[in-house]
Amino acid sequence: MLVALLLSVGPTVRPSDCQDTSAIDRGVRIGIIYRPGVRPGMVVLPGRGALLDSVHTILNRDLDYSDRFELITLPGGDSIRVSTGPAGGRGGGGAARGRTGGPQAAWGGLNYPLYQALGADFAVDVRLAADSMTVELHDITAGAVRRTLRAKLPPLTDVGFRMAVHRLSDQVVLAALGSAGIAATRVLFVKDGKVDRIDQDGADLQLVSSSSRQAMSPAWAPDGRHFAYMEFAEGHGQLFMQDMATGQRVPVATTGKALDFTPAFSPDGKTLAFSRATEEGTDLYTVNVRDNCCLQRLTVGRFSDNLSPAYSPDGQRIAFVSTRAGLPQIYVMAADGTDQQLFAPFDYGVTGSSNAPEWSPDGQSLAFHRDVAGTLQVFVLDVRTRTVRQLTSVGRNEDPTWAPDSRHLAFVSDRSGYRQLWIIDLETGRIRPLLQQSGARLPSWSPRLPPPETPASNP
Amino acid sequence: MKCLHLLVVAGLAVAAVAACGGGPKPATTPAPTPNADSIAAAERARQDSIAAAQAEADRRAREESERVARQRAADSAAAAAGTTTDVKNMLATMIHFDFDKSDLRSDDVGILDQKVAILQANPGLRIRLSGHCDERGSDEYNLALGNRRANKAKEYLVQHGVDAGRIETVSYGEERPLAQGHDESAWSQNRRDEVEILAGGDVLKKP
Repeated sequence: MLVALLLSVGPTVRPSDCQDTSAIDRGVRIGIIYRPGVRPGMVVLPGRGALLDSVHTILNRDLDYSDRFELITLPGGDSIRVSTGPAGGRGGGGAARGRTGGPQAAWGGLNYPLYQALGADFAVDVRLAADSMTVELHDITAGAVRRTLRAKLPPLTDVGFRMAVHRLSDQVVLAALGSAGIAATRVLFVKDGKVDRIDQDGADLQLVSSSSRQAMSPAWAPDGRHFAYMEFAEGHGQLFMQDMATGQRVPVATTGKALDFTPAFSPDGKTLAFSRATEEGTDLYTVNVRDNCCLQRLTVGRFSDNLSPAYSPDGQRIAFVSTRAGLPQIYVMAADGTDQQLFAPFDYGVTGSSNAPEWSPDGQSLAFHRDVAGTLQVFVLDVRTRTVRQLTSVGRNEDPTWAPDSRHLAFVSDRSGYRQLWIIDLETGRIRPLLQQSGARLPSWSPRLPPPETPASNP
Repeated sequence: MKCLHLLVVAGLAVAAVAACGGGPKPATTPAPTPNADSIAAAERARQDSIAAAQAEADRRAREESERVARQRAADSAAAAAGTTTDVKNMLATMIHFDFDKSDLRSDDVGILDQKVAILQANPGLRIRLSGHCDERGSDEYNLALGNRRANKAKEYLVQHGVDAGRIETVSYGEERPLAQGHDESAWSQNRRDEVEILAGGDVLKKP
């Protein structure tokens, strides 16, 4: 059996450089040889039962979409287990788990040499009890369980089921590699003038803006429970803050009498920066959204426009777009509006318009899009060296937004013929579609989402 | 008088005889003599009928003039409405822009001059200028660009004597395209300023 396996599968092609090669879902990847320096192999052990199948599927996809592992699928499925393990024991849903004697006892019940031969560095084993889930992360090389994670699991039909599994898979990534995954996140975007949201794995698409008016520019609050967006009111643009769970919204004070747009939260969630268009042009303002007060003007453009603010993750600086040199380009200033300077270098008269900056959560990069030969492409600025590199080249690509891991970007692309949302991993260059619907734009990727607020416990 | 009667009777007798198969006899028809009384009566009757006709004619004339007056009123109302529609159409004429530009084109200046005249002829009129962009630029940047386009037209109107308080501006960026295509013909139609009447547009005078 093992020999057949070894003969039938070859080494996987591992994308190593970051290029926009439209490497859309290579499908099942099988790696049996562990190569140091490339992504560690991960196997999610199969189980039985409807619920376990769902958990297994979600977990597998999350770990795959994290782009941090070579996911190993077992060609024989359960048969590997059955052929190598003693009778009874694993994979039986809620059945009693036998850690029976024999050589397996020393390996925590797992045939480590076999999985090592298959190229796995980690194995994830999921077991379900009545309303909870236990996940064991095995370190194959060490031949031991590295971490045991437990979580309450809502019923399969519950709206929180998928998110609960996503949170667990993020913890698996954290336990394996030291930094959490991005499975428990969502993306807000605009479609047909309404704000929608979708889970990062493409599930659970929902309309979230309720009014019939045209909306634009959704932006997550750092708490992951609120978001701001702009809506066209009668001849104006008004900003709103909305509670994701309840759908309740409140207009942002001092907005709505002019054309206010592109809201962006400060990292402490206290301040909202935005653009205001008046007769003088467009300039940047901030307002205290915690106390609904204290409008402050940051730029005085007069003959130029200043717009699209983006806070640095430490809250000290704001990147923004300005037309002070003619075409819109990316600038940066202190959060109080002082010390304004060019951020992303450009060649005057040569470089095209640059727009839509967003600071990476780790503070090291700034993503934006730039006009290249009449179409838009996604660029990343290295904040420290102030060098830019072009990330995309296929079709029109715009409005990048960072995942909390600072290595994935969601953006809008028409590479498939119509504008939709895509996700690129900057480390591997892997690109996948997030949404297979035309007309989606202006995405905003959430922080890691907190568990739902539990109502006051009432036994 | 008597002889005339006789003559008439005789004449009748002759006629009777002749009708009964007698040979034709030349009958002498007496020339009628005017009867003063009947003339007067006829004259009276004629006068009466003339008066009646006159009254009828007067009534008709009155009715006709009323009808004409009504018609005229309706016509002038329609004409006024027609004027309002005409003026509204003139006012709604859009101006257009080059890609990523907010400068007024020379061929659009005449359109703006017409709007100045309309605003001056109708002091109660208030308008909103909305700036629009094509889909090629960045979605959010286009809000700023549309804002410049709307305010460029406002600036022109104000410079030519229109009170700034009568003109609002807004930008819709590329959010409300007029033409849905993805080529220059659609884009050039979408790079525009539109005019919307906010108040005082019920009846509009031609400049």
